[in-house]
Amino acid sequence: MDVANFIKYILQGTVYTLGVTAVALPSGLILGTLFALLAVYGGKTLKQVMSLYSTVMRGIPPIVLLLILYFVMSGEINLSPFWAGSISLGIISSAYQMEIVRGAILSVSAGQMMAARAIGLTRMQAIINIILPQTLRNAIAPWSNEAAIIIKDSSLVYALGVPEILRRAQLIGASSGSYLPAYLTAALIYFALVFASGRLLGLLEKKLEIPANP
Amino acid sequence: MPQPILTIKKLTKIYGNNVIFRDIDLTVAEGDTIVIIGPSGTGKSTLLRCINLLTHPDGGEIWLDADEITAKGANEDLVRQHIGMVFQNFLLFNHLTALDNVKLGLTKVKHMNDKAAEAKAFEELKRVGLSDRAHHYPGQLSGGQQQRVAIARALAMDPRIMLFDEPTSALDPELIGEVLEVMRDLSKSGMTMLVVTHEMGFAREVADRIVFMEKGNIVEEGSPDDLFYRPKFERTREFLWKITELYGKKENADGPSAAEDTESNQPAAEENA
Repeated sequence: MDVANFIKYILQGTVYTLGVTAVALPSGLILGTLFALLAVYGGKTLKQVMSLYSTVMRGIPPIVLLLILYFVMSGEINLSPFWAGSISLGIISSAYQMEIVRGAILSVSAGQMMAARAIGLTRMQAIINIILPQTLRNAIAPWSNEAAIIIKDSSLVYALGVPEILRRAQLIGASSGSYLPAYLTAALIYFALVFASGRLLGLLEKKLEIPANP
Repeated sequence: MPQPILTIKKLTKIYGNNVIFRDIDLTVAEGDTIVIIGPSGTGKSTLLRCINLLTHPDGGEIWLDADEITAKGANEDLVRQHIGMVFQNFLLFNHLTALDNVKLGLTKVKHMNDKAAEAKAFEELKRVGLSDRAHHYPGQLSGGQQQRVAIARALAMDPRIMLFDEPTSALDPELIGEVLEVMRDLSKSGMTMLVVTHEMGFAREVADRIVFMEKGNIVEEGSPDDLFYRPKFERTREFLWKITELYGKKENADGPSAAEDTESNQPAAEENA
């Protein structure tokens, strides 16, 4: 096997890596944002439930949670490894993203909510029109960190047999005997993806920045 | 006597064991500008927040026109539409332009269509002299401009009454004038206003009535002349002159007995101005 085919074989896993990320990251964001809103604006019980969720989820290694969630999901609703793995990663990430969004909500001053209520907006309208637009802007920087983590953690679905980058590197390493080049190639691809995502989110942050005088 | 716009009866607010104010009675007639003064921590701001239900009183009643807004089941969001509020720290929505700040309540609360809302928002900005700043974000505006946008935002809702909570206290001295000017015009145009401020010049010139609050009570209320020159309580006189000295710009000694008061009580005010 020549070098080009060797690299190409591993590179094809990028589709799965990006696919897993594309499912896990947004679903984690949606769940995380919802949980964060409940944690900040919910009643006492909701706050406690959310706090417990966050503490437990973040206290267990992602790979362990992934395996548990996978066996629950594939057993109960018969999802493919790709979907079960992606959704599981999204759920795991929701606990981390909840903390990111929660921090971002709290960094928006309480006065914004008060001013919104003062002109007659309901609480829900204020959250949607005033709090969230500012929160999500504030969250982009810490969120790009989480995006990098998800891209990297997507390698965990190799344990479920999804043919993503790491899985392919391992297969071709075994068949060709060139383990080190295979893993180095995988490392390089992961790095490039993480680097590019950081840059892209940096651009997004710039684009959405609220204009202000220096 | 016509129905007052705002009637406050025996209003009480308590945080824990701390009585913020007790048994406050106040009536505001249509078109009145009433200035509330008093030392900090006296409950003036809390009183304003109770009036638009951002804080709930622990006793007493508040009536807006013929409706008791403190009654159980009153629609708070509806009440707040009719009561404009201007905060010390402006509290503009940071992610929206001046125009969108003013427009938001019109589209989301009053459900006006986009075009009509934009036209009205623009009119309100014009009224506070900021039509040329419509597309600026709060971070691109001076404090005085931000506060004027905040006033326009409240006015856009066509409130029955406007509440001002120390609207110039967070401003650099050179920016206070432009905000007071807008408020002065507003008062002249017949808007009903309840203003908490330390700006004694404004109070004397614009207020129909000054209310002096201390330690959670209304000590005294009356016309500016009454309070400045014929106060019933020595404490009122002391506070008024002290605050005039601290905050007052050079004022014309135009009151009936201004000369003697100036002489005895505010020796430093003229030089400091």
